[in-house]
Amino acid sequence: MEDLQETPLAGRHRDRKALMAPFGGWNMPIQYEEGILAEHRWCREKAALFDICHMGEFLYRGDIAAGGLEDVFTFSVASVPEGRSRYGFLLNDRGGIIDDLIVFRLGRDEAMIVVNAATAKNDFSVIRSRLKSGVEFEDVSAATGKLDPQGPLSREVLSGLFGKGIAAIPYFRFVTTEILGSRAIVSRTGYTGELGYEIFLPAGKTPELWDRILSDPRVKPAGLGARDLLRLEMGYSLYGSDIDETVTPLEAGLASFVDFKKGFVGKEALLAQRAEGLKRSKAAFRVDSRRSPRHGYGIWKDDRRVGTVTSGCFSPMLGCGIGLGLVDADACAQGTTLALRHENVSMQATVCDLPFYKGGSVRG
Amino acid sequence: MTYYTKEHEWVRIDGDVAMVGITAYAAQHLGDVTFVELPAIGKTVKQFEALCAIESVKAASDIYAPVSGTVLSVNDELNGRPELVNESPEDAAWMATLKPADLAETSKLMDRAQYDEYQKGL
Repeated sequence: MEDLQETPLAGRHRDRKALMAPFGGWNMPIQYEEGILAEHRWCREKAALFDICHMGEFLYRGDIAAGGLEDVFTFSVASVPEGRSRYGFLLNDRGGIIDDLIVFRLGRDEAMIVVNAATAKNDFSVIRSRLKSGVEFEDVSAATGKLDPQGPLSREVLSGLFGKGIAAIPYFRFVTTEILGSRAIVSRTGYTGELGYEIFLPAGKTPELWDRILSDPRVKPAGLGARDLLRLEMGYSLYGSDIDETVTPLEAGLASFVDFKKGFVGKEALLAQRAEGLKRSKAAFRVDSRRSPRHGYGIWKDDRRVGTVTSGCFSPMLGCGIGLGLVDADACAQGTTLALRHENVSMQATVCDLPFYKGGSVRG
Repeated sequence: MTYYTKEHEWVRIDGDVAMVGITAYAAQHLGDVTFVELPAIGKTVKQFEALCAIESVKAASDIYAPVSGTVLSVNDELNGRPELVNESPEDAAWMATLKPADLAETSKLMDRAQYDEYQKGL
């Protein structure tokens, strides 16, 4: 097996007795001493800090249209104003999702692309192959650190530490500023459903920023275990679980992040799929007990196998199991009763709308 | 007398009642427990077969019967408060009592000292 990479904060995680586990080729904190449920609650009620240094960052410099970037993703980078970011996909020619990502429009001729850790290496070569030879395109993942303070109190905490400018950043916008003497990007984005930020800064500065933010007693560290509950309560897809190269954005219920008015690799496949009608699509469901659905469980309707669970957990906010799955087109209507089965485990669930948890402060 | 299994269940034998739960080691490794599927009263199980099931934020696992027997009672408090398994695994969070079929089966289990030694080797 390939050696696991560690973030600059690995020593701090071990000092806090974090439970570490492999994730996307990295040895990452799954939880700290208080546990996943306590960390989840802290993020929903106060502010939690996540080490997200494993994610990949690429820098593009050159004319957006002439350099070829405009045709790489499912959305128009040229239409994203400077200081804003947008979520979308890198597709293969079958319309399958190579990765989901966010593009930050840093300047007229400059963009940062933020991708998942496990897919970063392949993403880079795929994107590179679609760009014109003259443009600058660089993988800056190793040099770039990323910390995510997330939670309803994160704005107060950050503006207390780094100035009021942060308080004014609207959702899906960012500022380039100076933090701890270094250039940093502070973005009002996240993966929790709460008001929160993603801070990009030089990797070497992340330990100091980590300590500084955690010096505020309203903030506690949280691991990837809590992050998974938080994102799933919002219905956010997780790459490698809910979406991958065999799933299209249409099937994944993410068509709103695809702009059919522009060209992109995979567009013809998506148009054909749309014309034929979807054979399967994403369904969100609530279990009628505290049981957790889990990735890979079978989904049944009236004793017919109709699909597979792609993500599931116990939702602390709803007090029941919740999950996402890919199901036959006739099994995804709201209110449909499903059975979820695996070996001797069986539970009943009902298809519902998203997000599961509607009380988040994300747009607050 | 309390005995332990390699799967980290405990069983406390008191006359002809065997009380069953999971050990602190098991609870800690499961993480936050979110659901306990208690067995039906009257259910008959064989030693080391699935008695009931438990779920945590991380995993779903079966709990195996440390001895053969018939379920006499279950700890209903766990329905509303599964977190009790993390708070008091070897006491308040007992899961079921059994009427043991054959107490000689305890020879296949560990005592506390043996179990502590076993844990060290894991």
